[in-house]
Amino acid sequence: MVKMLEAEELAKDITETPSLLNGKGPDREWMDTPAEFRDGNWAYSAKTKAIESLKMPYARDWSPGDEDWKLPENWKEIISEGFRERLDKFRSFKVFMDICVRCGACADKCHFFLGSGDPKNMPVLRAELLRSVYRNDFTLAGKLLKKFAGARPLTMEVVKEWFLYFFQCTECRRCSVYCPYGIDTAEITMMARELLNLVGININWIMDPAANCNRTGNHLGIEPHTFKTVVESLCEDIEDVTGITINPSFNRKGAEILFITPSGDVFADPGVYTMMGYIMLFEHIGLDYTLSTYASEGGNFGLFNSNELMKKLNAKMYHEAERLGVKWILGGECGHMWRVINQYMDTMNGPTPSYMEDPVSPITGTKFENAVSTKMVHIMEFTADLIKHNKLKLDKSRNDHVRATFHDSCNPSRAMGMLDEPRYVLNNVLNNFFEMPDNTIREQTFCCGAGSGLNTEEIMDVRMRGALPRATALNHVVEKHDVNMLSCVCAIDRATLLALTQYWAPDVEVSGVTELVANALIMEGENEVRDCDLREEPYLGVED
Amino acid sequence: MKIINPLIIVLVLVALAYFGVKAGLTALFGVVIPYIAIVIFLLGFIYKVIGWAKSPVPFRIPTTCGQEKSLPWIKQNKLDNPSSTLGVVIRMALEIFLFRSLFRNTKAEVYEGAKLKYGSNKWLWLGGIVFHWSFLIILVRHSRLFLEPIPGFITFLEKADSFMQVGVPLFYMTDAGILAAVTYLFLRRVVEPQIKYLSMPADYFPLYLILSIAITGVLMRYFIRVDVVNIKALARGLVTFQPTIPDGIGVLFYIHLFLVSVLAIYFPFSKLMHLGGVFLSPTRNLANNNRAVRHINPWNPDIKIRTYEEYEDEFREHMKKVGLPVDKE
Repeated sequence: MVKMLEAEELAKDITETPSLLNGKGPDREWMDTPAEFRDGNWAYSAKTKAIESLKMPYARDWSPGDEDWKLPENWKEIISEGFRERLDKFRSFKVFMDICVRCGACADKCHFFLGSGDPKNMPVLRAELLRSVYRNDFTLAGKLLKKFAGARPLTMEVVKEWFLYFFQCTECRRCSVYCPYGIDTAEITMMARELLNLVGININWIMDPAANCNRTGNHLGIEPHTFKTVVESLCEDIEDVTGITINPSFNRKGAEILFITPSGDVFADPGVYTMMGYIMLFEHIGLDYTLSTYASEGGNFGLFNSNELMKKLNAKMYHEAERLGVKWILGGECGHMWRVINQYMDTMNGPTPSYMEDPVSPITGTKFENAVSTKMVHIMEFTADLIKHNKLKLDKSRNDHVRATFHDSCNPSRAMGMLDEPRYVLNNVLNNFFEMPDNTIREQTFCCGAGSGLNTEEIMDVRMRGALPRATALNHVVEKHDVNMLSCVCAIDRATLLALTQYWAPDVEVSGVTELVANALIMEGENEVRDCDLREEPYLGVED
Repeated sequence: MKIINPLIIVLVLVALAYFGVKAGLTALFGVVIPYIAIVIFLLGFIYKVIGWAKSPVPFRIPTTCGQEKSLPWIKQNKLDNPSSTLGVVIRMALEIFLFRSLFRNTKAEVYEGAKLKYGSNKWLWLGGIVFHWSFLIILVRHSRLFLEPIPGFITFLEKADSFMQVGVPLFYMTDAGILAAVTYLFLRRVVEPQIKYLSMPADYFPLYLILSIAITGVLMRYFIRVDVVNIKALARGLVTFQPTIPDGIGVLFYIHLFLVSVLAIYFPFSKLMHLGGVFLSPTRNLANNNRAVRHINPWNPDIKIRTYEEYEDEFREHMKKVGLPVDKE
């Protein structure tokens, strides 16, 4: 693993090293500045096994650190042809290549720029990396006026620069909120990654989970029998805490609802507490649901690679819903999973199997009108509705040892707009809830620093820099309100924010919202004295 | 270099018109070039917009900037996260007429210990909106040169624009507005380190060009009087396709007209096409109703997936061992 600076040293470096962040721009123009590969700023290349298992092109042994990337001989033609094809397939891409006026409103909106001062992390320049080649190859002005019009030819140096900076963008879309034309860097990054993918340039942290998901049903590569036993062991933990025995069903035909959540919730700390939360919640309301081992992944690392791979992985949800004959699908807490479900799923893999029904909560009778086509409801929408109808027995004081804030995950905020549901839930399950500053929450929220497949160890330097804006906002409420819990509705966040807090805010823990719901639940048949939360931390007022 | 070179080009353009007209090429600068310019502008603009429109919108990807429509008791932010066509129209109107997204702009500053603060920063919004509205009003005011009789709303616009009733001839607010705004937009590209670094020659060039157009226009109106009657005769000649070159129009006018022609020619090939593109931006002009109304992708590819059957075939024995139901025994 790459050696990291201590947090204080990194903070000093960010503040004091002359950069565009503190008003001292580099002397050299960006086009004349080659990409610099150093330890901690590039992710490992995909292993041949993953590429082969997904039947994708140019599986080979190579490393971004090498001089020779072993690209196919005609890589230039492949990229150029791929570029043209995508301009013809995506209006977004074509328009975004043409209309940027470089007003600079986006410049200081990117968390990676705010943590590094690297000019190419200004969204406008990130896009220019691609636009410059677009102008050169596809526009009259670029062909005639060359550099004056901002054009430059595609070279190997450019490809390396693309790799570095398009895997230094988390597709969080924050810049797109401020852009007067709505230019979405996520869209540009997605195109760039597709182009790189065409010549076999991909990173292992994306391709390996994608390959796993394809084969075993989830990113972590957990096979069905293990999946079942792990969930059952979580049920044992629930029993330890509450005294209640729960036996969730798996792959059960005829269940009313299929529940799908990211596999991170099943296997990774602290996501497991959220998983326990779901199971307790469903038991509490007597929901007729089943888990699937085949569609055991809500997340979709295909989103970070190409639209085709996204579709391939996402297709399992409806395929499984059809096989099991469920009425509708309930989805767990996950950020990019919900980008896919809210903006891509129905288009890619719909229409839904014919006998699926409009999603109606069997407990409250509420019809989720906003999901009548996709037939997939977010757990926060579902839970907020339950609470509104008084269907949950809650004791807020059980969370009195928790002083929580809420991290809006990029995709639920800016690709969905689910802002008030989780807040409503939180305010009903705990007494101490504090918002981070306005410019850092809701649609202006900052990324955890490692979304879109970048939560890999070897780029920890980049990640911790990108995490800085979120960490600064968090530390603000830690100092002001003694916040000790960073809650969120995203499984990737539950992994990445943990690294963030450990580095930048060591006294803060990370949780899902449903974990906090379950903490407050008064379950039928629970231990007479329920004295600790799901992490077996004692409730306030209870002696150790 | 990237700041100076575009200025030199504009100065060369000015010189071209000056010496050209002095050499007697009034018909070239007064008729031929304007005609070519307008043809290139129109065809180029249409070509570009059709080019964009020909590419489909495979996915509905609005950037949601407010609360979604979900449960009936949760208040939706209909302006920033519309779920209906009407909502989208309003969102787009706010974007196009009031630059709503730019109004959100903040400025981040880093303090000791890598603390970040975000201040409100509306200057770019103000400069942008003053510039664009002034430009539009000035453009519309100019139609008095092409139309006979002059429509009432033009006269009204002129009155409104000069309501301060200062100077002879009456001073137009938009003239000051465009000069101030373009100057500001230029200065920020020279003074602010981030903006300076990301700017290209293609950002300075149109600013110099528009500034020169505005300066020559202001000079003609307030300082170096030109023969407006003859200019109108020339303009009328152009729009009625009976071009004439009246005598006694000052060279300043030809410079002004030539720079406008260059701007029109340059327009479709440049970033100025944001005028057309803003209408077509899929992150703004679509409703966030994906889960309620299916969006169709015309090229939705056929993808072979790993079916449940294949999955069970690989794991059947393991599944049976732990009591997971299987489709085939």
